[in-house]
Amino acid sequence: MEEKAVGCARPISKIEKTPQAQPEQINTKEKIMDIVRVGHKAPDFEAPAYYKGGFTSVKLSDFKGKWVVLCFYPGDFTFV
Amino acid sequence: MSVDSQFVHKVWNDQELSKMAERDVPFHMASDGAGHVGSMYGVYDEAAGVEFRGRFIIDPDGVVQAMEVLTPPVGRKLEETIRQIQAYQHVRKHKGAEVCPAGWEPGKKILKPGTALVGNVWKEWSPLKDH
Repeated sequence: MEEKAVGCARPISKIEKTPQAQPEQINTKEKIMDIVRVGHKAPDFEAPAYYKGGFTSVKLSDFKGKWVVLCFYPGDFTFV
Repeated sequence: MSVDSQFVHKVWNDQELSKMAERDVPFHMASDGAGHVGSMYGVYDEAAGVEFRGRFIIDPDGVVQAMEVLTPPVGRKLEETIRQIQAYQHVRKHKGAEVCPAGWEPGKKILKPGTALVGNVWKEWSPLKDH
């Protein structure tokens, strides 16, 4: 069997959207405005988290007054 | 932060990362299952359902000062992130009166922006000596 490169993509369902659900232009504009830029405020968020042996949640704005490094990565148990 | 749940984060810490680093992960491992946070930060890849290696330095006022985004197969270099934080902290401490040229590290030459420096950076800073 031919070996495939092991990536970290996840399967995504490809359900076609019904044509009526198309306020696409508005969405696109909102999307652009949401995207972060240097020199601008970092968008706030709250997310569930694992931290020092317990489950908690983490909110960016709770770190006001501190330097924060926010890192995203493709997935747990991936190779790099 | 990744699209994995906080539960998978725990197992990854316990089974692999803690063995690699010989200590537990000392910071929050946040879960962004639906990619909403990643989308706001422009690092969510809808086609693959995962997040790119996005790294954001956010200052004490909540302002993004630096960002770096890599595709999955290449890892980051931590020393560069630390260098950038040190440089931004220096600039902040001096309220922008001192800035950090290319390759700056703590102890290396800084520049003081002003009329006297216009056209004279070459006298103050050398890519060969000061970089």
